[in-house]
Amino acid sequence: MIKAIPKPMEEIINYVQDCTKLLIAGCDGCVTVCEAGGLKEAKVLASALRLYFTQGGKQAQVDETSLTRQCEKEYLAQLSDRIDQYDAVVSLACGVGIQHMAEIYDKKVVYPGVDTCFLGVNEERGLYSERCQACGRCILAETGGVCPIARCSKRMLNGPCGGSEGGKCEVSKDIPCGWELIYERLKTLGQLDRFENPVVPKDWTTSRDGGPRKIVREDLRI
Amino acid sequence: MSAETPSRLQKMINAGHLAVTSEVGPPRSADGVVIEHKANLIKDYVDAINVTDNQTSVCRLCSLAACIRIKQMGLEPVLQMVTRDRNRIAMQSDILGAASFGINNILCLTGDHQHFGDHSSCANVFDLDSTQLAMTVRMMRDEGKLLGGYEFEVRPQMFIGAAANPFAGPNVAIRVARLAKKVAAGVQFVQTQCIYNMDTFKTFMKMMVDRGLHEKVAILAGITPMKNVGMAKYMKNRVPGIDVPDAIVQRMGGVPKEKQAEEGINLAIEQMEELKGVEGVRGFHIMAIEWEEKVPEIVQRIGLYPRPQLAA
Ligand code: SF4
Ligand code: SF4
Repeated sequence: MIKAIPKPMEEIINYVQDCTKLLIAGCDGCVTVCEAGGLKEAKVLASALRLYFTQGGKQAQVDETSLTRQCEKEYLAQLSDRIDQYDAVVSLACGVGIQHMAEIYDKKVVYPGVDTCFLGVNEERGLYSERCQACGRCILAETGGVCPIARCSKRMLNGPCGGSEGGKCEVSKDIPCGWELIYERLKTLGQLDRFENPVVPKDWTTSRDGGPRKIVREDLRI
Repeated sequence: MSAETPSRLQKMINAGHLAVTSEVGPPRSADGVVIEHKANLIKDYVDAINVTDNQTSVCRLCSLAACIRIKQMGLEPVLQMVTRDRNRIAMQSDILGAASFGINNILCLTGDHQHFGDHSSCANVFDLDSTQLAMTVRMMRDEGKLLGGYEFEVRPQMFIGAAANPFAGPNVAIRVARLAKKVAAGVQFVQTQCIYNMDTFKTFMKMMVDRGLHEKVAILAGITPMKNVGMAKYMKNRVPGIDVPDAIVQRMGGVPKEKQAEEGINLAIEQMEELKGVEGVRGFHIMAIEWEEKVPEIVQRIGLYPRPQLAA
């Protein structure tokens, strides 16, 4: 899933300090799972902002809501009858949802309430780590199910580099070496011979290098 | 080791001599004279001079310009190239540029992550990795072709090198397998990470020899003399992928401060003496970090001076 973290309060205050009517819009999707932007976080942020305005002696209305998914029009449409009354919206969805909100309500100021970080897993509550960079041409079949693009700091396709030590990446002792993980997995699978064949340069056109991407599924379009 | 090139380093190795290379780190300024000065210190004692490419991700005068300068001094440069900072367009372009000045040696590296350097907030590239860079150079040289498919006439005559680190993870066998992969990608010579753990290195070489890989790639053993016990500790604890056994730290620390530099040189000489007898070692790569002036003494003491003259 997409992983995000709440933006610092000061940054959000900086955006909204001149507003008098504000909507905090959470999303029930990924950001709810990583506890950065669901209804619960929308409520917490709204009360904190109310407190901020009251303490500053300012009259301001702060409402909160959460939509099923901000990346889908149908759910964003649920705001259509009331969004006009607000000066601005703070969206707690991921960067996709925030942009979609701004796209659908193109006259409305929409501020980001979270920093969108990566595609990752929940290792445990409050601990999330990256797994995929959406390169558009998945090579997990060749690498024992561990992604070298997302999990090697140098996205090497022929690792591990000479800085790999004790299972850790040269960048930090907190980062497992992606290529050590690949090695362990290939060993388990009895596929270590893969280490002997050079992997040719990758075609990055399906990654961000090809420009903004789009999927057209004719089979689904009617 | 296939493809013959005009590289003097390659000729030296093929003639059966123990090759000696060393390196020059360019300055963090536009002062090209520094390169001449450093190259002059070592030129009579080595067969080729590596020029590092923004090593440890610290921005410096570029390797290509420094290599051209060294070439114009009548010496033999080894162009180090890391894939961290440039994509395949820029790297192939630099290879053609280098070859146009008669530079015949390249060392293909992935490079340290920028996290270590003076621009840690930069974007990195890593379009290719070191193995893929070697494949690219081989294709340019042997097929006269760019990665994009364009074919050209005047090919870069590069003796292709890479690094190898027997001491990195996960284990020695994988380091051998990875080097085998680089060899399959076209690598003809290797300069190893600095060797302090002789046992691990010997295990690595034994595996190389058992697989006959030592005949396919010339291995130059990496030597970095220690200046003092502080450097030994730093390398042991802080530099990823360098294995400094406790005995070496103790030995460096066991002599008075003013004698430590001498001890470091003695240690390097002893290691080289031992390495001379290891099957598959075809020479030495001496990385005397900011200590280039010691290279002549080391080469003399190990009995590799004067350098053999090759028939023109
Ligand atoms: S190979 Fe590409 S798609 Fe597959 S996990 Fe890695 S980044 Fe994601
Ligand atoms: S240590 Fe491992 S994860 Fe880190 S850059 Fe090297 S190969 Fe990649």
